[in-house]
Amino acid sequence: MKKKIKIGIPRALLYYRHHILWKNFFEKLNCQVILSPDTNKDIIQLGKKYSIDESCLSSKVYMGHIAYLIDKCDYILVPRISDYGKDEKVCIKFSGLYDIVKNTFPHISLLNYNIEESHHHKESFAFLKMGLKLSKNPFKVIYAYYYAHHKEKKYQQELMQSQTNNMKNNKLKILIIAHPYNIYDKYIGYPITNFLKENNIDIIYADRLDKKIAIEYSQELSPTLYWTYSKEIIGAINYYQQAVDGIIFLTSFPCGPDSLVNELLIRKIKNIPITNILIDESTAEAGLQTRLESFIDIIEGRKKNNE
Amino acid sequence: MNKKITFPHIGNYYIPISYLISKTTRKEVIIPPPITKKTINLGSKYSPDYVCVPFKYNLGNFIESLELGANTIFQAGGGCRYGYYAELQEQILKDLGYNFEFVNFIKNNHVSLSNIYKYIKKVNPKINIITYSYYLLNTFLMIIIMDKLGKYPRENMGFEIQKNSFINIEKNFLNNLKDHINPFKLIKIYFKYKKQFKKCPINKPKDHLKIGIVGELYSIMEPYTSANIERKLASRGIEVKRFTTFTYLLLIKQFNIKRLLRKGRKYLKYHLGADATESVVLTQELAKKGYDGIVHLKSFGCTPEISAMPIMSEVSKDYHIPIIYFSFDSNDSEVAVETRIEAFYDMIVAQKQQTQNNK
Repeated sequence: MKKKIKIGIPRALLYYRHHILWKNFFEKLNCQVILSPDTNKDIIQLGKKYSIDESCLSSKVYMGHIAYLIDKCDYILVPRISDYGKDEKVCIKFSGLYDIVKNTFPHISLLNYNIEESHHHKESFAFLKMGLKLSKNPFKVIYAYYYAHHKEKKYQQELMQSQTNNMKNNKLKILIIAHPYNIYDKYIGYPITNFLKENNIDIIYADRLDKKIAIEYSQELSPTLYWTYSKEIIGAINYYQQAVDGIIFLTSFPCGPDSLVNELLIRKIKNIPITNILIDESTAEAGLQTRLESFIDIIEGRKKNNE
Repeated sequence: MNKKITFPHIGNYYIPISYLISKTTRKEVIIPPPITKKTINLGSKYSPDYVCVPFKYNLGNFIESLELGANTIFQAGGGCRYGYYAELQEQILKDLGYNFEFVNFIKNNHVSLSNIYKYIKKVNPKINIITYSYYLLNTFLMIIIMDKLGKYPRENMGFEIQKNSFINIEKNFLNNLKDHINPFKLIKIYFKYKKQFKKCPINKPKDHLKIGIVGELYSIMEPYTSANIERKLASRGIEVKRFTTFTYLLLIKQFNIKRLLRKGRKYLKYHLGADATESVVLTQELAKKGYDGIVHLKSFGCTPEISAMPIMSEVSKDYHIPIIYFSFDSNDSEVAVETRIEAFYDMIVAQKQQTQNNK
């Protein structure tokens, strides 16, 4: 039997957005997917070693995961994303990600696709191009892409459904505005979500909202915003405004888009308690918990007053 | 309401910008006071902590002009985070209680000339597309001439025999630009000062030191941010080369990216965004041309330049060219910059001697 190609996927950045798509796509093409483990201290150390001091924590985590995956697989997937159309840019880090990885680790083989819709590089073509490296049959690749795409859509709908079901109970609700790669990360976001869950608080995730609706709502808050990933998460603020008791902004230091967007939103939103949490590689969990505790006290008191 | 218009500073380019605004809108233009410590202190006081430095400088400029009586703010600039500055700056100034109109010319992350025309037409109904194009032409000519004439002093200032001779000519030239101008006059000015610069007596040895400056546009073009690093290098007897100018950004850049990517294909597969591709490829080009060192300037947290840095250090290893990285924030001391330049200078001098001895 032919040996399966092993494809390494770092559990960071876009993994949290596209993991269903990637996993199904590669498995349909008879490849074996190797995931890096949840972020831990060692991975953070590796990431710090291989990146510039000033780069953001999320990208340091990414470099750590890549360093972990070396020698464990044949290819490592590093996508490059520039924009999703004219006014739909993404953080500029994603444009350079491929070249950074390539130059930091010159001896590893990378698998990559490029999305730049303003220059007609669409996702479907990008996947076809990438898939032809793994399989000679283009129809198989196209089928794999659409199968995976369908799976991803279904998964997202399930997530959204579960969130709407959650809205019905009477617990305290906190909306967390954060990029998926921060909030779901074991090192960055998990201590916070875990602490909130322990305190019997319902967490509303900003990214579990239909993307089209989110983008529409985001226009009301910030008409000139052009980062797609930011649009998709800030739309939740207007959408859930009536239902939530508090909002947490969670950012990794020093995130470029968030430095401007969060400041603007904090200045604009007046009637809901807000806290802004900034995480870098030396954030202490105890300090974080104190801040969260006092925030919870505030929203609890506020809710009682209203009743 | 009588409009008094202001705009953010960047280097000496306030001359063409204020010319364009005052001629087309026929309103009073308030040029913000020159950038000082006070500007950046004001700006960083009201800005988010970890935003890049140009934001803080711009905000400081705006506050200082508003204090002087301005009531209309123009903001334009594209790429990376610059495109989103306007909205937050407007909100911050409003929260501070100023009364003003904020005009944002950025559309799709780029400065749009048609947007500017539409706005100007509203302010000054007498203008038509021909006069607008005429003033635009003058402005572009001014920018091109400024950049062309800026090149020679940068390369030769360190070798002047009479002290400050270049700076004096440059001052006269900039003052001349502020007069009443037309395209013919501009071209005349260009040749006049070109001659004067060339006539300046210099003592340039054959194997002088050569340094290239690359990096983020604001740090390069606004001398106050970088503690005037360009002049500091030049005064040590170094030929300084830089590519990033207004001419390059506005007119050449969009046609140049593909060429750069082809040249730098050893290191780059895709455009890194903003000025990062230039940083990498120009480092490589200058190293090939035999330059002695590269100075990389950026503001703290500048994402595209951070992407460029690991790649630049690869270039540095392959071509044995030393690179010094500067990262500017709101409270840098000039002395620290000077010390680092001094050390870098000593290093490249030693390296140059070593290579000459080996020959």
